[in-house]
Amino acid sequence: MTTFALINVTLLGILLATALAIARMRALYEATMLAALLSLVTATLFVLLDAVDVAFTEAAVGVGISTVLLLGVLALTRSWEAVTSQRRRLPGLLVVVLAGGALVYASQDLPAFGAADSPVQLHPVTDAYLYESQDEVGIPNTVTAVLASYRALDTLGELVVVFTAGLAVLSVLGPLARPEQTRPGADFHLADYRVIRVITRLLLPFILVFALYVLFHGEYGPGGGFQAGVIFATGAVLYGLVFGLDRAQQVIPSWALWLFICLGLLLYLGLGVATMLLGGSFLDYDVLSPGHPETGQHLGILLVEMAIGTTVSAVMAMIFFSFASRGASR
Amino acid sequence: MIASHYVYWMLFAVMLTGLYVVISHANLLKKLIGLSVFQVGVFLFFISLGKVTGGSAPIISPDIQTYSHPLPQVLILTAIVVGVATLAVGLALAVRIARDAAQPASGLTAADDDAGER
Repeated sequence: MTTFALINVTLLGILLATALAIARMRALYEATMLAALLSLVTATLFVLLDAVDVAFTEAAVGVGISTVLLLGVLALTRSWEAVTSQRRRLPGLLVVVLAGGALVYASQDLPAFGAADSPVQLHPVTDAYLYESQDEVGIPNTVTAVLASYRALDTLGELVVVFTAGLAVLSVLGPLARPEQTRPGADFHLADYRVIRVITRLLLPFILVFALYVLFHGEYGPGGGFQAGVIFATGAVLYGLVFGLDRAQQVIPSWALWLFICLGLLLYLGLGVATMLLGGSFLDYDVLSPGHPETGQHLGILLVEMAIGTTVSAVMAMIFFSFASRGASR
Repeated sequence: MIASHYVYWMLFAVMLTGLYVVISHANLLKKLIGLSVFQVGVFLFFISLGKVTGGSAPIISPDIQTYSHPLPQVLILTAIVVGVATLAVGLALAVRIARDAAQPASGLTAADDDAGER
């Protein structure tokens, strides 16, 4: 127990120090790198807090995609921020002190950290998700069971948010530049370096196969549609970074991205409608396989994870391409 | 009190650091980085409420008796992916604001100029 507390305090200390350094730093490249470090430490803390699925997602999203996006935007603009004036600092400090005081005061009512008799643990839903799910859904990873079955409607909502965010980015930044519109061979390609080129070619198949493994193994171990989608997208991002945007857009044309973005969401919604037509309620997978609810649940969860993976990967790749093509066409 | 609540307090500090950056910094990119720091604090706070001492990841196995709660993990898992999607929308808006500020040299700090005029 003391070892746990020691590691926990150390990691939380690193986390806090990184956050403070980000707040002080005026060089935005460095701040972005520290933000990636912050995500990595966060992912480690998630593992320590038993949230392996979340750690997986944070490592792929925070360290991978969001860092690439921030760097892509930094390439479009200047990378130093102006000195924050005293006049701007004071209101911020005041708000922070007041909010901090309120939070610490309120935290006295919180249950002790790690207590087994906290309201979270004593709620009847704990038993339902952890133990009854073994009979009702029959998959060991309860996070996947809750995500894709018990709270499938909730997850559908999240997927619609991701879908909408993709649309919003495209409508704000304008359509993707066509491959021939970007300046051909504008500056240099990382692919001119043989080591980078060969290593990328070696890594890509493994990244894509790993994404598929994460997708289909999500019922038994950490993983699932969200993680797989993001890992798949990092494959596209890596290809785009190394071989140039033109080639990446020839390999993954934008009509294919559009197709996948819509296909994932339609598969999810269509599954819900199908369960209703079969006489169940919306996204009740039991009816997919009459007499064998467990088989139905397996099938439903697999289809939902595939739908999530398809839409998330296409949206992430689309977002990356639209930021990167803006840099190339300037 | 310290032994049982230190995790929450340190996470509050992380959250508030992010909040401070969001409020006081004029640079839009820095604001968005601050927002993700704030977000990380909230995520960890949420997950820490589901942790049980001596518990294990909620993947059921016959050898394990205690599990941490899966529900906060599910909520945060989706929130992380939604978080990066909203970050992308914020960045896209920042790029547009920088372009529409019509001063190529001024970068992302359109708000700086406003503050100077006041």
